[in-house]
Amino acid sequence: MSDVIAPLSDKDRIFTNVYGFQDWGIDAAMKRGDWDNTKALLEIGQDDIIERIKASGLRGRGGAGFPTGMKWSFMPKESRDGRPSFLVINADESEPGSCKDREIIRHDPHKLIEGALVAGFAMRARAAYIYIRGEFIYEAKVLFAAVEQAYEKGFLGKNACGSGYDFDVFVHRGAGAYICGEETAQIESLEGKKGQPRLKPPFPAGAGLYGCPTTVNNVESIAVAPTILRRGSEWFSSFGRENNKGTKLFQISGHVNKPCVVEESMGISFKELIDRHCGGIRGGWDNLLAVIPGGSSVPLVPAKEIMDAPMDFDGLRALGSGLGTAAVIVMDKSTDIVRAISRLSYFYKHESCGQCTPCREGTGWMWRVMERLRTGDADQSEIDMLFQVTKQVEGHTICALGDAAAWPIQGLIRHFRPEIERRINENKGSAPVMEAAE
Amino acid sequence: MADAVHIPDEAETRARWGAFAWTAENAEQAKKVIARYPAGRQQSAVMPLLDLAQRQVGAETQTQGWLPVPVMEYIADQLEMPYMRVYEVATFYTMYNLAPVGRYHVQVCGTTPCMLRGSDDVFSACKNKGLVKGGTTPDGLFTLTEVECLGACANAPMVQINDDNFEDLTYDSMSAILDDLAAGKQPKIGPQIDRQTSCPEGGPTTLKDMVNENHDYRGEWA
Repeated sequence: MSDVIAPLSDKDRIFTNVYGFQDWGIDAAMKRGDWDNTKALLEIGQDDIIERIKASGLRGRGGAGFPTGMKWSFMPKESRDGRPSFLVINADESEPGSCKDREIIRHDPHKLIEGALVAGFAMRARAAYIYIRGEFIYEAKVLFAAVEQAYEKGFLGKNACGSGYDFDVFVHRGAGAYICGEETAQIESLEGKKGQPRLKPPFPAGAGLYGCPTTVNNVESIAVAPTILRRGSEWFSSFGRENNKGTKLFQISGHVNKPCVVEESMGISFKELIDRHCGGIRGGWDNLLAVIPGGSSVPLVPAKEIMDAPMDFDGLRALGSGLGTAAVIVMDKSTDIVRAISRLSYFYKHESCGQCTPCREGTGWMWRVMERLRTGDADQSEIDMLFQVTKQVEGHTICALGDAAAWPIQGLIRHFRPEIERRINENKGSAPVMEAAE
Repeated sequence: MADAVHIPDEAETRARWGAFAWTAENAEQAKKVIARYPAGRQQSAVMPLLDLAQRQVGAETQTQGWLPVPVMEYIADQLEMPYMRVYEVATFYTMYNLAPVGRYHVQVCGTTPCMLRGSDDVFSACKNKGLVKGGTTPDGLFTLTEVECLGACANAPMVQINDDNFEDLTYDSMSAILDDLAAGKQPKIGPQIDRQTSCPEGGPTTLKDMVNENHDYRGEWA
């Protein structure tokens, strides 16, 4: 089974003000260790910063888990045609279940802004745009104010932190579109257009924002960078399992006694995470039905499989699911599981940008069938038909929203087919067909 | 598109909003916003300017605000972009209201994490107060909308009313919030139970030193 993961101690937590017990402002943040001689971090040198992030094993915290250091290394080392490079920080946190970037931004914004400078410097970017979702109104206010504080102290702008490097940070508010969390849709949106994903290639590192080389990173990936540089790659990689290193903000919602956001070591077992921080499952562990371990886009995992599973990228992939953003949605036995997934189908129908036909038409179609399966007003053969259609949507769209709409349904059919069949049978007023002889 | 909004009559809208212009304060703000983007890339400012305009309309009408066509044309002119490009953006993003809304825009999250924690009860509380999904109450006070995940899942169920979040709701606390607003009182923002933000109810399981002092953990680094 999984390696034993030691409990994370407070001194090794990166986001020490995650609950906002203390002030988010720059003076309080500096007392906690932010902006502490950032100049020295920049003096490590651009290539060495990237090497150290690579060595730390940090994988992108936005869901896909792509190695962050490697992503930075794709950026051009010098501009041959005078185009500047940009860093775009993805704070369009809209995945159902996810609520970690919100905590970073409203309670520890200076970790993010310092990270923006360090990361932007390493990838030779001229400026960073932080794309924050429109509904984070209070959070955006904090972020605007925090950026202003950093300028006042001379940490940003010309000769940032006295390093001789010029770097700007701008905040851009979205206006309510889940799809703008997709990196190329986010770039389109930043350019003042509808947020519809672009075809790749060209990849953003070649031609992104305004046609310039661009890297899009999640808030958490950027915000942990300064601490990794201060404490060393080995420190960060001492947590978690091979290929799944570091600490991570977990967000637990649904049927636990105490939902919360908490930073833990990657690879902590599901049971330990819930027992230690969430006061257990509502109604006890026997009452657990299923868990969506990484935000709405990943397939659910039934209770008995998730219990001892390590909460990291590879551990959950082995269960046919994924870590995603570590947004853990817990469902107990009182849950109408078909409705829970059907509501996600409605979400994807609502959020499809309408560009690719399989997704635009498919998400609506899948939701309507899911609604009929919910009430049992369907035919048994439609379960297979629905499964087949999800397979036809998956992989046939420009971005991954089509996949994300398909996977929860596939997970439901894979694990809860008898429940769907039961509803159809009951709706028809007939007892389930008995195969075996008496 | 049965649930698409009904765009108000254009002639009436023009008569009311044809002379829209920034207030002095917002004109300053608009300049600041445009300066965030590189020269020649002023189209990037369309989203913040639409938001600013909606807020100005809101201030003038004592509502959350909306975007009449002449207002969008005004922004198109300022940013030197075709009106259709502005309209496209305004219709793509859900936070731009294409039709007038009430004084308070009650946006209840109905996505799965909130649903699991009882958003049905929140909707019941709204219904009991006469709010109808997709409609505005006759007194013009409340518009109810079911929205998709607002990113406060550890504090579910939640509602966003204009700029404020109300979290960890129950039928009773939601009813009380609506009563307060109707009575012109400001309800408490944030979690409606005894809880610090997204910290576990009853106190943190981690970082307890932070509760009473701005603790610096660097002294404990090995």
